Amino acid sequence: MLRFLLGRLGLLIPTFFGVTLVAFSFIRLLPGDPLDLLAGERGIDPERKAELMAQMGFDKPLWQQYIDYVIGIFHGDLGTSFASKKPVLDEFLTLFPATAELALCAIILAVCLGIPAGIFAAVKRGTIADQAIMGTALVGYSMPIFWWGLLLIIFFSGILQWTPVSGRISLLYFFPQVTGFMLIDSLLSGEKGAFISAVRHLILPSIVLATIPLAVIARQTRSAMLEVLGEDYVRTARAKGLTPSSVIGLHALRNALIPVVTTIGLQVGVLLAGAILTETIFSWPGIGKWLVDSIARRDYFVVQGGLLLIAGIIMLVNLIVDVLYGLINPRIRHH
Amino acid sequence: MSETSPAAKADTTKLEAESRSATKAQLAEFWYYFSQNKGAVAGLVVFVLLVLMAVFAAFIAPHNPDFQYRDSFLVPPVWQEGGKAEFLLGTDAVGRDILSRLIYGAQFSLFIGVVVVTIALVGGITIGLVAGYMRGAVDTFIMRVMDIILAFPSLLLALVLVAILGPGLINAMIAIAIVLQPHFVRLTRAAVLAERSRDYVVAARVAGAGHIRLMFKTILPNCLAPLIVQATLSFSNAILDAAALGFLGMGAQPPTPEWGTMLAEAREFILRAWWVVTFPGLAILITVLAINLVGDGLRDALDPKLKRS
Repeated sequence: MLRFLLGRLGLLIPTFFGVTLVAFSFIRLLPGDPLDLLAGERGIDPERKAELMAQMGFDKPLWQQYIDYVIGIFHGDLGTSFASKKPVLDEFLTLFPATAELALCAIILAVCLGIPAGIFAAVKRGTIADQAIMGTALVGYSMPIFWWGLLLIIFFSGILQWTPVSGRISLLYFFPQVTGFMLIDSLLSGEKGAFISAVRHLILPSIVLATIPLAVIARQTRSAMLEVLGEDYVRTARAKGLTPSSVIGLHALRNALIPVVTTIGLQVGVLLAGAILTETIFSWPGIGKWLVDSIARRDYFVVQGGLLLIAGIIMLVNLIVDVLYGLINPRIRHH
Repeated sequence: MSETSPAAKADTTKLEAESRSATKAQLAEFWYYFSQNKGAVAGLVVFVLLVLMAVFAAFIAPHNPDFQYRDSFLVPPVWQEGGKAEFLLGTDAVGRDILSRLIYGAQFSLFIGVVVVTIALVGGITIGLVAGYMRGAVDTFIMRVMDIILAFPSLLLALVLVAILGPGLINAMIAIAIVLQPHFVRLTRAAVLAERSRDYVVAARVAGAGHIRLMFKTILPNCLAPLIVQATLSFSNAILDAAALGFLGMGAQPPTPEWGTMLAEAREFILRAWWVVTFPGLAILITVLAINLVGDGLRDALDPKLKRS
């Protein structure tokens, strides 16, 4: 198991350096240099510019800049935001819980609905129920989620007035952030109604963000389940007189879930890309909106840092999924 | 070339006829399995209609998509109170006919899909063939680069690439093609690895076929099935991503009647005029859904493993 883990980690190292190279190149590839972009049409005094360039290390040779950059990363230095003058890492850490809360709610929703729906469709294969579930899943999979979010806002916030249009919690409530997760913090604060308000703000964005993973998980569960249901050991389990529910729950499901776990892991990238759109629509103060705003504002150190951190998260989650996969599937572990 | 004897000529003609009828039989078999899937056929019909709509947009569209009717701002669809018969799906905030803009928008979406898939497919197949065929250091290097591209969420990478290249439809297409391409590289490489030690490849090599011929003429045709399926999926992904970029203001720029850009312009009217938001998104959904239905049908028809289950 340790060798398996080390092998996986070894594969990550070149990818990590590649990712740092991409993030590093990003600012250098932009047309014009960062200070000109920042100064905009007002321009900048050449002397002051040279001074700033030297301060930011832009006057050194490229390879030296890259080495400084990587050393900086290992010291937690990802540059400073032009707009807020705060370190990029600090901003990220402040905003990340909002995205994590949203993404977690979305993936929980997707798993809790997607797996049962997929199992049900597989067991009822060929029936109207199966076709309805798979049809819905295909629509979900094809959904432009930014439009889906707008539709939900029109219906639930506009016409029915059930849910708020944007934000994480009503402005009426003010309490200290302990965990950064609004659901937990609002409970801890003990303020009446705060938790309900946080939940109401979270519902629509979670549904929007969950849509594509939900469809993918349902489809994957169904096909994995169908494959397993045709296996000999399932037939044996049936033949020895087990009830259909224990055949499905005990024998089939455990094996069918192995590929589904991988699928769930792969959804992290989908969730983070989806967060860019979802957070923009719902003005959700997370890293997705932060990145879009920073690109619009040309706050390029933020974009650079965000790229690196998001790729880092995806790599980390994929590593965890690989390890989990090895744990639940002995065939991989001993290979 | 020396003159061929009549007997050899007859043989060649016979062989050609046989190969033609084999191709025909293959196509017939493919169509048989494809048409078993009702959804796929429906998707294909919708897709053909969309292509026709895009091609004949100038004849079908009731209005000029960019013309602003100054007396008709935010007119609701014809069936709603206040609707006008000349604007079937209503008008937008500056008085442009939404139906006409949607019809012209089909041109952009299909064009984006075709261009992106072509770039990603050609690039991906070439790189994948080289990686799988050469093996060794070249292979390792290529696959690590692909891993790096795949480490970023596609939309984020596309956004950043557009930030470098500058917003606009062409740059958005290049960015999306780069982001989608690793999937083709991986698929091609895997298929090449599976095929390269087969007897027919060895036979062709022994017969003196060069590297290029082995890669493109001998191996490639036998790896096409998964690539076709992936191409369909990428087609719909390209349309979705381009619309998302347009929506974020980094894709096609106003007043282009691209569906995502139309949605971005409509955002501020969302609670006042539902139709300016609803129809462009519906157009994206229908297009993407039709293509995905076709993709599912293709997979069923081309994948022998699923075929008879």
